[in-house]
Amino acid sequence: MNAVATELTDMWVLATRSVKRIPRQPDLLVGFTVQPIMFVLLFVYVFGGAIATPGLDYVDFLVPGIIVQSMVFGGFVTALGLSEDLKKGLMDRFRSLPMSRSAVLTGRTLADISTNVIQLVVMLVVGLIVGFDFKSGLPDIVAGIALCLLIGYAFSWVFAFIGLTASSPEAANAYGFTILFPLTFVSSAFVPVESMPSWLQPVAENNPFTIMVNAVRSLFIDTPAGNDVWLATLWSIAIALVFGALAIWRYRRVVAR
Amino acid sequence: MPRGGNTPAVSSAFAIEADGLRKRYGDVEALSGVGLHAQTGSVLGLLGPNGAGKTTAVRILTTLLKPDGGTARVAGFDVVRDAARVRAQIGLAGQYAAVDENLNGFENLEMVGRLYHLGRHAARIRAGELLEDFELADAAKRLVRTYSGGMRRRLDLAAALVARPPILFLDEPTTGLDIRSRIALWDSINALVSGGTTVLLTTQYLDEADRLANRVAVVDHGVVIAEGRPDDLKREVGGDRLEIHLCDGADAAIAARALAGVGDGTPVTLDGTVSMPVGIRGGAIADAVRRLDEAGIAIDDIATRRATLDDVFLKLTARTAADSEEEQT
Repeated sequence: MNAVATELTDMWVLATRSVKRIPRQPDLLVGFTVQPIMFVLLFVYVFGGAIATPGLDYVDFLVPGIIVQSMVFGGFVTALGLSEDLKKGLMDRFRSLPMSRSAVLTGRTLADISTNVIQLVVMLVVGLIVGFDFKSGLPDIVAGIALCLLIGYAFSWVFAFIGLTASSPEAANAYGFTILFPLTFVSSAFVPVESMPSWLQPVAENNPFTIMVNAVRSLFIDTPAGNDVWLATLWSIAIALVFGALAIWRYRRVVAR
Repeated sequence: MPRGGNTPAVSSAFAIEADGLRKRYGDVEALSGVGLHAQTGSVLGLLGPNGAGKTTAVRILTTLLKPDGGTARVAGFDVVRDAARVRAQIGLAGQYAAVDENLNGFENLEMVGRLYHLGRHAARIRAGELLEDFELADAAKRLVRTYSGGMRRRLDLAAALVARPPILFLDEPTTGLDIRSRIALWDSINALVSGGTTVLLTTQYLDEADRLANRVAVVDHGVVIAEGRPDDLKREVGGDRLEIHLCDGADAAIAARALAGVGDGTPVTLDGTVSMPVGIRGGAIADAVRRLDEAGIAIDDIATRRATLDDVFLKLTARTAADSEEEQT
């Protein structure tokens, strides 16, 4: 087998392995299905009435934001999985096999795409049930979905880096949420940036997460896009490249012990 | 099985050859010049306490870790420059039973087979065979997280054998297992060795090395402090000992005087027990009983005890401990 075919097979085998665990660990399955549903319902029915979104129904405003948030967190299984593989010696097994070295990481992040698809479908269905309405044409919707998956893929590499840096699966989980939660909340995902205190507004406006949410929003409900779609794409690619490099660097270090 | 381009570069009598391996972690020198040689088709036991450097040596030989110094060849390939070729020739089973808990037994072995690039079909057939061989066929479809410790170890060993590697590394394969599971695993290892597999086995259990290994290397503080056949090592520490348990411990000193000249050395007394090395001389028991009877000393129990690798180990490590104390003073 040539090198590229080997690389792809190994990546596929390891991605399959990562996907198989999801339905077998009920807590993970809950994380991917019930949790996003709960988030949509809580925001629409509990906070929705208190948040003013001039010119838009709150549910239309919210759904793109909450989908992007769930894409960002979708990769937490990668942090969990890598941390466990290190702790339980599976990493050593893989590294003693005549297989591609990078597949251990690329297989994980590839598997995240499939779980992100599940989340995306669940959230769109729930969103449509509670009154979300696409206001754009099919090409834009498809582009929006592709952008969501790209964002999710980029953040899988952030989680890969976290999983290889944290001392335990529990710590990986804690780091992930502590770092990313403020990022997603100080943004335009749940409330309009204009409603924040003036000192916070520049932070929120320049938050890459705001740009990503605005981009998806423009593609789903036809809000003015500006350069957001291109910027969000560039941000995602940049995050994937930077954290991909960081994850590979960490991987080399942790396995050399 | 497709193994293109993996024929050993040199057909050597030694499947594993390491010289002067050094590895340092910060201030700690885990290995300070370790040499190991395992003949093709033999079992080399690597014996030593926790932290002696056994696992570090295995990690270097299995290409998981780069040495700071020294050279090692496995199946004739250099473990640093030809790491990929080495990996195609070895199987590794570790002390942590590295199997995926969220897959079932079959899926674990199939995954490893596919990562050895056997192809999907061959990987499945091989997984089935191994589950049969290791008496896991009934548990094939059960998630590994429901397996017992012994079952996991068997699956881990099976995973190391997927590609029928000619050289197998077993890092403390039976640590933490109950005696029944240990014996089952020993049988599996013996069967592999009779099939021609070269095995490097690390263990803290001396009976395990005694039972499985053709040669033993005793490692302590990152160096090999003794190497040889188990029987030779035992002979080196003094062979068999005669042990006499007295009914009355107060008789010990008189007994020791009466027994002078029975064995090959001076009798020593400890807690009402008199013992002395008897080498390979026969008749020591009868002689000792006669003398004690004449001296009017009652015997509770008398027996010759074979030297074990425990004796070898304690004697050798005591010596290195004493040496290092001398160095410090």
